[in-house]
Amino acid sequence: MSHVAASAAPAAFAFPATPRPRGLKSWVTTTDHKRIGLLYFWTAFCFFLLGGLEALVIRLQLAQPDGHLVSAATYNQLFTMHGTTMIFLALMPLSASFFNYIVPLQIGARDVAFPRLNAFSYWVFLLGGLFLNASWLVGPLFHAGSLSVAPDAGWFGYANLTERQFSPGPNIDFWVLGLQILGISSLAAGFNFIVTILNMRAPGMKMMRLPTFSWMTLVTQFLVITAFPVITVALVFLMFDRFFGAHFYVVQAGATPILWQHLFWLFGHPEVYILILPAMGIVSEVLPTFARKPLFGYTVVVYSGVLIGFMGWGVWSHHMFAVGLGPIGDSVFAATTMLIAVPTGVKIFNWIATLWGGAIRGTTALHFAVGFIAMFIIGGLSGVSHASPPADLQQTDTYYVVAHIHYVLFGGTVQGLFAGIYYWWPKMTGRLLDERLGKLHFWLTFIGMNLTFFPMHLIGLLGMPRRIYTYGPELGVGALNLTSTIGALLIGVSVLVFIGNLLRTRKRGAIAPNDPWGGATLEWSIPSPPPVYNFSVIPTVENRLPRWKTELHEPITDPPAVPPAPIHVPGGSWWPLVAALGLPVLALAPLTHTLWLAFLGAAILLFGVYRWAFEPFEM
Amino acid sequence: MPRSRHWLTAVPLAVYGCAGSFPQSTLHPRSDFAAEIQQLFTGIFWWALAVFAVVETLLLVAIIRFRKSERGPPPKPTHGHTLLEIGWTLAPAVILVFVAVPTVRTIFATAGEAPRQALQVEVIGHQWWWEYRYPDLGIVTAGEMHVPVGKPVQVSITSADVIHSFWAPALGGKRDAIAGHVNRIAFRADSVGDYLGQCVEFCGASHANMRLRVLVDADTSFQAWVKTEQGGPAAPPAGSAAERGKAVFSRSACIGCHTIQGVSPGVIGPNLTHVGSRATIASGVFPNDSAHLASWIADAPSLKPGAIMTRMKPPLTDADIAALVAYLQSLK
Repeated sequence: MSHVAASAAPAAFAFPATPRPRGLKSWVTTTDHKRIGLLYFWTAFCFFLLGGLEALVIRLQLAQPDGHLVSAATYNQLFTMHGTTMIFLALMPLSASFFNYIVPLQIGARDVAFPRLNAFSYWVFLLGGLFLNASWLVGPLFHAGSLSVAPDAGWFGYANLTERQFSPGPNIDFWVLGLQILGISSLAAGFNFIVTILNMRAPGMKMMRLPTFSWMTLVTQFLVITAFPVITVALVFLMFDRFFGAHFYVVQAGATPILWQHLFWLFGHPEVYILILPAMGIVSEVLPTFARKPLFGYTVVVYSGVLIGFMGWGVWSHHMFAVGLGPIGDSVFAATTMLIAVPTGVKIFNWIATLWGGAIRGTTALHFAVGFIAMFIIGGLSGVSHASPPADLQQTDTYYVVAHIHYVLFGGTVQGLFAGIYYWWPKMTGRLLDERLGKLHFWLTFIGMNLTFFPMHLIGLLGMPRRIYTYGPELGVGALNLTSTIGALLIGVSVLVFIGNLLRTRKRGAIAPNDPWGGATLEWSIPSPPPVYNFSVIPTVENRLPRWKTELHEPITDPPAVPPAPIHVPGGSWWPLVAALGLPVLALAPLTHTLWLAFLGAAILLFGVYRWAFEPFEM
Repeated sequence: MPRSRHWLTAVPLAVYGCAGSFPQSTLHPRSDFAAEIQQLFTGIFWWALAVFAVVETLLLVAIIRFRKSERGPPPKPTHGHTLLEIGWTLAPAVILVFVAVPTVRTIFATAGEAPRQALQVEVIGHQWWWEYRYPDLGIVTAGEMHVPVGKPVQVSITSADVIHSFWAPALGGKRDAIAGHVNRIAFRADSVGDYLGQCVEFCGASHANMRLRVLVDADTSFQAWVKTEQGGPAAPPAGSAAERGKAVFSRSACIGCHTIQGVSPGVIGPNLTHVGSRATIASGVFPNDSAHLASWIADAPSLKPGAIMTRMKPPLTDADIAALVAYLQSLK
């Protein structure tokens, strides 16, 4: 609607000469997908640092047996918030920063389908994250110390430990309400990106010409809109139990706490793919560019991603092999879990085949992409060992599984995201990140993560459970834990190097041309950073690699630097932020048992939505 | 598992120099249940190692061999290869068959059903300690479970409050303890020993301190243990500190939570009828000696965060505590 090139609209034309809007207001009211992408990046990166800090305290506590750097209560909050923060506030929104910034550019669009909904998603994410983390500080308001009312029942929050009877404080309230707020953000973004990718592709960009990253984004968003309702149901049940005396998970009332586990993992396993598929998409973009060779088996890579999305729904009970579901159930879920290794393996072979016979340029982005493959293989293989229920009976809830998930989510997702950052940063900021610091960052990360997480396989096999704030010297795992802690500190140093790189290149980085890497996809056909309207002329796409010369096609010509006709761009809006502000106020009502806050929150939300709905297109 | 393959299981540990002793290791099975799992895991480990070696080698060769050379021709733009795709779809599928078949076999072999004459043990998880009941023998104890070597044991696991998970790795895999559900495991221990384990489902503040021991006894010592446990508590000699301790126990809040046969009927905390015969207190976290007992009685939550046994009000005098320690130690 607001994206069509229209010469009739009286206001808000953008020409290359038009200065970018500046100042705080322009950021707070922005509906530009690129600015929202940057907001997502910096916010999520701050949460990534916070989650990392929590991990470092955890590692310092476990550096030796009988550690007492923090108390049991603090430790339990730390590991709960580390998991919750990394999953919901760091990795998902870091992926979202690329969905926002890159997907519209890759598909040749001027913005997402619903720019104001997009802003709403961001503000809800920010406020939800702040709401959750406020729990670290506001203890005194609940007649407790600070650092004592943060969520403390694990990121998986198993019932019936989370019931009021066993967790009387506000800790779990923060968690149950905060996750519901964040779910709204994810759902809104999910629908937005599905509509964007399906409806806003440039002419000629058929689905099988869609860049792999956009494809994986699409699959991810379908998982988001189907998985988040499931955890929302689980959380609503828990909220009713805690606030209104319902009995969804109360054993004494005839319920079973296993219901929570089914609902949680029915969300939780698709969630794993929500975290890994975007990184797989990034790797599928980075490898072809730097091998100067089309992605090997594009169709197979895309379909295996879709297949993983579907199969991800049939494996949840492999998180529950110790629950005692019986031999038939265990066998079925073992089989489906092993099957999902097949499309995953296929992707890995296709990535290696993409590199094979290429002309590989060893950029930092490529280092991280290859690091992703190398580490994801390890995570995948350890995954097969606990896909086997009897073996899992010795491995689940031990450090072996901690090793596994970190090979997948750090070795996989985090390295994939870093590959994406080094690859797209010049597009997003107009400056290239320093390659020498980048390589240092990569090697510190790579060595640090292996030093941290590899020993955890052995620590787990030697019998150390996860989620324990202390362990005795008699277990014999002190030296391994110390190694792991040293590795974690090394990861900390690597992140400092990365921050140094970000700050250094803000002013002194090399200026990025339109296409610093020789990329095949549309985002490289426009300036870095792109003008507010993205494409001066919407390109017409005729093949899968529009900017490369192939056997059949010449590369398309890049859009002209000056738009031949005025382009209508939407102005900013306050109402997504106002509507978003209603949600944490609503959540404060049950948290503080204050009824009028519920009405106030609802009023703010409705007022925001009302003004949003009747807002004219131009401001 | 076949003796000839014992060395295989040592390999993962060789990295770490097999030297130390690992009382909670999953790699040193001491029962048929644990050995079945170990054999399965060893098979999976070797398949995984083979796949790891092949795939990582391919990746390394690719990035080393195809580094960009300045004068080389531009790469051939291959888009795919149907036969290769079919090949590398089938290869992992075939390997997974070799993992799946023994997996399903082991699932059914370790489904938790012991022969009918097996020793029955009921395990009940509490925040944060383990209760053991032997219904056929009329024994109730805590923290330390005794079983005879070489005899089948049927363990039924449940919980009194939140979800816990019972795990003694040397004797087999874990099973969750869930209120309202009973999970069963079965094993036959193959060597005498003192095996460590602990709760492995996060269960609140002192999850880390919910440890356990399984003592696998020779037949005669198991019979002796049963005989002691079946008897009443030892009567403290007249005029002894222990007798004074018994009086303190009987007039204090202790009786509300703890059972001592013939003295008190409480069921919230561990049964103390034979507490003096146990090696550890507080769910396996501290040795059962005078110093630890005394500080435990004085202020349990400072030793074990969240412990329900709070400080007594008004606090017990040091003399009372010393008498209580003497009494509890006399309960052999």
